[in-house]
Amino acid sequence: MSLINIGFPDSNVSIIRVWFYIVKLKIWYTQVFCSGSLAGGMVFALPLLEIKGLKTYFYTLRGIVKAVDNVSLTLEKGETLGIVGESGCGKSTLAWSIIGLVPPPGKIVSGSIMIDGMDITRMSEGEIREKIRWKKVSMIFQGAMNALNPVYKIREQVAEPMLLAGYSEEKAFKRVDELLNSVGLTPAIADRYPHELSGGMKQRVVIAMALTLEPDIVIADEPTTALDVVVQSQILNLLKELQRKKKRSIIIISHDLGAVTELAEKIAVMYAGKIVEFGTAEQIFNNPLHPYTQALIRAIPRLTGPVTKLEYIPGAPPDLRFPPPGCRFAPRCNRVMDICHKEEPPLKELEKGHYAACHLYD
Amino acid sequence: MYSTDIGEKILEANNLKVWFPVSQSFIDNLKGKAKLYVHAVDGISFEVHERETFCLVGESGCGKTTTGKAILRLVPVTSGSVIFKPSKSVLSDLRENGVSVDSDGRVDLVSIPQKKFKPLRRDLQIVYQDPYGSMNPRYRIRDVVGEAIDVHKMVSTREEKEEMIIRVLDKVRLTPAEDFIDRYPHQLSGGQRQRVAIARAIILNPRLVIADEPVSMLDVSIRAEILELFNELKRDIGLSYIFITHDLAVARYVCNRIAVMYLGKIVEMGEAREIISDPLHPYTKALVAAIPDPNPENRKKIREVPIIGEVPSAINIPPGCRFHPRCVYYNRAVGGQEGMAKLVDKCPKEEPPFKEVKPGRRVACWLHD
Ligand SMILES: Nc1ncnc2c1ncn2[C@@H]1O[C@H](COP(=O)(O)OP(=O)(O)OP(=O)(O)O)[C@@H](O)[C@H]1O
Ligand SMILES: Nc1ncnc2c1ncn2[C@@H]1O[C@H](COP(=O)(O)OP(=O)(O)OP(=O)(O)O)[C@@H](O)[C@H]1O
Ligand code: SF4
Ligand code: SF4
Ligand SMILES: [Mg+2]
Ligand SMILES: [Mg+2]
Repeated sequence: MSLINIGFPDSNVSIIRVWFYIVKLKIWYTQVFCSGSLAGGMVFALPLLEIKGLKTYFYTLRGIVKAVDNVSLTLEKGETLGIVGESGCGKSTLAWSIIGLVPPPGKIVSGSIMIDGMDITRMSEGEIREKIRWKKVSMIFQGAMNALNPVYKIREQVAEPMLLAGYSEEKAFKRVDELLNSVGLTPAIADRYPHELSGGMKQRVVIAMALTLEPDIVIADEPTTALDVVVQSQILNLLKELQRKKKRSIIIISHDLGAVTELAEKIAVMYAGKIVEFGTAEQIFNNPLHPYTQALIRAIPRLTGPVTKLEYIPGAPPDLRFPPPGCRFAPRCNRVMDICHKEEPPLKELEKGHYAACHLYD
Repeated sequence: MYSTDIGEKILEANNLKVWFPVSQSFIDNLKGKAKLYVHAVDGISFEVHERETFCLVGESGCGKTTTGKAILRLVPVTSGSVIFKPSKSVLSDLRENGVSVDSDGRVDLVSIPQKKFKPLRRDLQIVYQDPYGSMNPRYRIRDVVGEAIDVHKMVSTREEKEEMIIRVLDKVRLTPAEDFIDRYPHQLSGGQRQRVAIARAIILNPRLVIADEPVSMLDVSIRAEILELFNELKRDIGLSYIFITHDLAVARYVCNRIAVMYLGKIVEMGEAREIISDPLHPYTKALVAAIPDPNPENRKKIREVPIIGEVPSAINIPPGCRFHPRCVYYNRAVGGQEGMAKLVDKCPKEEPPFKEVKPGRRVACWLHD
């Protein structure tokens, strides 16, 4: 593992977490494909994804981490949604909830997640496996490119779940070639081991794996973090193409607003387990309403325009076991008022399709 | 706003090389196979001035960290020199140890024996990328920050030491210092930890701090705060920096000059903002084009980045211009584009000279010869 991590000093994914992913990934893939029926055949109902009042908490020995706390979202077919926010604000937890893979000690506490008209919070693991995961919605896990199994060739890793599911070797390998092609890799690399690939190539392999069953929704969790800028732009271009060609819905998760705006038509800004602002990319950038979004945009160093003094947000996000009362951003907000410490601001529609949760707009 | 008060030259690297031998099998050695090297730093020259932030920019593996480590003598230097002008007190300690000092009071960091290097560690400090990994988790902040005081025997009493630690914590705005001094690193946020790392680096009043990706692991919302701190310290205590980053946008906010590295070489160097607004080297052009300046219009088009493929291995450096396999200009020339025939011969064969193309700007590219 340490070998593979060389060259990714940026990666904030711990080795343990990475191993956790690799083990899980394998089990999940295996389960999916072994469960038989590969046929989709559902009737499309809009919206494709609708989340209402979702709460996902981690019940740790040291307290309850309210990682996702009353989140609502919708995603239409073919739409690209960006989720941005600081480290630890609950982005990955939200994504794990959507694919039904919240790791213990986490649990969906309440709310609903409707995918194609089915509420996955009410489905058994078996049903999710059979009908949803990887077929309707798949995920490119944060750090997964560093979690490829070092002892198997790429072909074996991409094909293994298909073989286990009863595909003939010929059929599975043919599909591997197709998949690699579709992410801009020559099928020749299927004969290599992960350590023989660059970071960008490994990320493409991981993307290919998420596409195996042609899901309607692909969640990409920090798909460019720890990659060099040139490779980053190549990966973002690839995701753009995948979205355009197949009219797939993509959810791109990143702490980097720059990366998110390369893809997203709609953006949800998360802070401390909550969505504090939601709107089109234009609304978020040209008319940010929440003080957190405003400050975040002003804090980004830019390549063009005047070099003004960069702004920053003082302090740090709260501990999600003990979030402050009222507005969770209040301790860091430059517009804070009395009421902010007492009452939680609701997420309100302030112009068409543009929501913010802030007492300034009461 | 940054370039007005730059002082004298304090460091000058000349044709610095750091090659790491690649471990080869016994059989290969028997067969007399040529010894292989990672050309991590492959002959670079640059200067750093007083109160200047000099930036090394480039993709992963291009040799930025190795350059920093070479200056600090944390890796063996293959060849070249690094002429440094130490502070008065360090200089007198060096003289006492019999280190050769030139008439301008300068020393060559590369040729000083490892044993006699210690006083120089007061002048040369480093801040690492990872505020989590760079501290002993069992040390309290007072120990993390105060360690260097003991190592260099800077004070004789506990009270003096305590005072120094509090003063430096104030300086990096970990205030009130009394609140932080007895905490452990895990009791601090990422930004606070990076402040501790900076405090540790500046406590002995160094001349030059090498900051290796000091903000890349911090959230955007607090990055600017740390960058401002670097700028402030430069003004207030006259520090110079070698600031290592892969992020040109960050470089634009803190750096006076930028050197763009590719596979162990500096391919372009000049005033920071000019490099970004008017890049001349094909590689710099690609780097600038790759960075998404956040703008909702971006999603409507595929981002064109003028570069081919990925970085080759630093073991087998391409001949001639090391960038030529990835260069779109060379490629167009090969494809027969008019007026570029010269490149077809030159690029894959001859290494382009690092030429001054206008005052303060150097480029290594046959297009600008
Ligand atoms: N397995 C777990 N057990 C306990 N707490 C967890 C677990 N996974 C995440 N958390 C906590 O839940 C919160 C949200 O974490 P999450 O990983 O969703 O954040 P994120 O926004 O994806 O952050 P990052 O940008 O660092 O990936 C954090 O406070 C985190 O510490
Ligand atoms: N101790 C070492 N032994 C062998 N090779 C090394 C050693 N340290 C670095 N290298 C190699 O030297 C080259 C330059 O590495 P260096 O760490 O300086 O790059 P960098 O520009 O700092 O990259 P990054 O942005 O990833 O930190 C790389 O190919 C690296 O693998
Ligand atoms: S509710 Fe109050 S504290 Fe929260 S963002 Fe709005 S103004 Fe700031
Ligand atoms: S010297 Fe030739 S190959 Fe190298 S960057 Fe210039 S044009 Fe491209
Ligand atoms: Mg995450
Ligand atoms: Mg480095």
